[in-house]
Amino acid sequence: MSELWYELEPFLQQGTLGLVNGAFYAILSLGLAVIFGMLNVVNFAHGAQFMLGAFVAWMLLNWAGIGYWGALVLAPLLVGLLGVVIERTMIARLYKLDHLYGLLLTFGLALIIEGTMRNAFGSSGLPYQVPEAFRIPPVDLGYMLMPAYRFWIVVVSLVVCLGTWYAIEKTKLGSYLRAAVERPQLVQAFGINVPLMMTATYGAGVALAAFAGVLAAPVYSVNPAMGANFIIIVFAVVVIGGMGSILGSIVTGYILGVIEGFTRVFYPEASATVVFVIMAIVLLVRPTGLFGRA
Amino acid sequence: MLHVRGLEAWYGESHVLHGVNLEVAEGEVVTLLGRNGAGKSTTIKAIMGVLDSRKGSIRFQGTETIALPPDRIARLGIAWCPEERGIFASLTVKENLLLPPVIAPGGVALDRIYALFPNLKERLSSQGTKLSGGEQQMLAIARIMRTGAKLLLLDEPTEGLAPVIIQQIGRTIRALKEAGLTVLLVEQNFRFAQRLADRHYVMEDGRIVDMIPAAGLEANMDRLHAYLGV
Repeated sequence: MSELWYELEPFLQQGTLGLVNGAFYAILSLGLAVIFGMLNVVNFAHGAQFMLGAFVAWMLLNWAGIGYWGALVLAPLLVGLLGVVIERTMIARLYKLDHLYGLLLTFGLALIIEGTMRNAFGSSGLPYQVPEAFRIPPVDLGYMLMPAYRFWIVVVSLVVCLGTWYAIEKTKLGSYLRAAVERPQLVQAFGINVPLMMTATYGAGVALAAFAGVLAAPVYSVNPAMGANFIIIVFAVVVIGGMGSILGSIVTGYILGVIEGFTRVFYPEASATVVFVIMAIVLLVRPTGLFGRA
Repeated sequence: MLHVRGLEAWYGESHVLHGVNLEVAEGEVVTLLGRNGAGKSTTIKAIMGVLDSRKGSIRFQGTETIALPPDRIARLGIAWCPEERGIFASLTVKENLLLPPVIAPGGVALDRIYALFPNLKERLSSQGTKLSGGEQQMLAIARIMRTGAKLLLLDEPTEGLAPVIIQQIGRTIRALKEAGLTVLLVEQNFRFAQRLADRHYVMEDGRIVDMIPAAGLEANMDRLHAYLGV
């Protein structure tokens, strides 16, 4: 028993830490899935918007004296608002064209946002302290001690992901959203302002990315490339989960974080690439993704 | 109630409607008859505003709607039941039924809808597209009856359905007429249309080519057969 435990313990520990990365994968791929489902746009600017969330949190703290809790609410609102402006002035013009145009536009936006931030703040990264409330002893899980802030990330991401899932799958507003994903024209012919819904959906997806950015600020350094590093993996997560599936993107996000953690135990060199290996296998076996519909 | 004048419409590059003129008075049931491809469904879609490109004049209760988006047109009191029925797979039967917002008072109450379509009441929590074709058609009609819309555009509601269900839909349309609603009906099934409608418009090649009142139908049967090629 104790020997088996000795074997298992590192997996449990690394798997649990992997949940922290998984939390970010889940929130980010959820936002991408919601945006793709409703707007048919692959939002390549998602990583840049995540990074903006972290930077806005830093600016709020250093320029306005607004701390972590204020930033957790304000940064998603501000960056979400920027998303609304982007959708109205740019993305809305592309709906009648092929997906590819939306992808190119948002990719260009990501480059512009990242370049601007690099010019303004340099690429070395800015510090953001772990908030006061979490400078407490780690949480004892029995098999490991988990830093309180990381524990918080996992809990709050679960709440946000499940809340978003509930709002989409179980509420009246969510039924409009699901219906509009299937037949936007008919939903609009029922008297619902579908273009407004699309704007709001993009804003909400971008706000989710920014929320993840604020969560990330105290654990990763706040730097212009932080989104680009994440987003490549998140796209792999979305491909594995299946484009447009809400629950699929959430579950896949956490699972892949955990798998990365496991990989760190038995073959650490592969932990950065295991997601892409899984993506390749899933694409070969189930091209629509694990939860995707054809 | 509805005045369509010189309506032209396009699907992409192809010019489908070439100056459609028609009128529907309040409380009437009017059909659009014609062969496949004559432009009947396109006329309905153009009235609903869901085509990319249309020209001419469509006035509904005095309001010009040619430049309005579909959600504004719906809010004026027009509701559409599309040919493909448009039941949402990701919504339950109940969510499908309650999806269209109520736009005016005077819609048919849910109890009455359940009385007209008892099958739906039994399957409220099923996935919308798990219903049979006939049940899906009932759901598609039922959900626009609740909204208080005054003019219903029904596109081939009997297509591909069993006779007993066609009768049920016929009873429903009669009940709607008795409730004072106005119906513009596209129908291939002439025998079905014949029993319900006050007037029949005949379409050919994107134009209205004739109008036959129900009373004059017997006398004009040969003419109609020639149009429809039956």
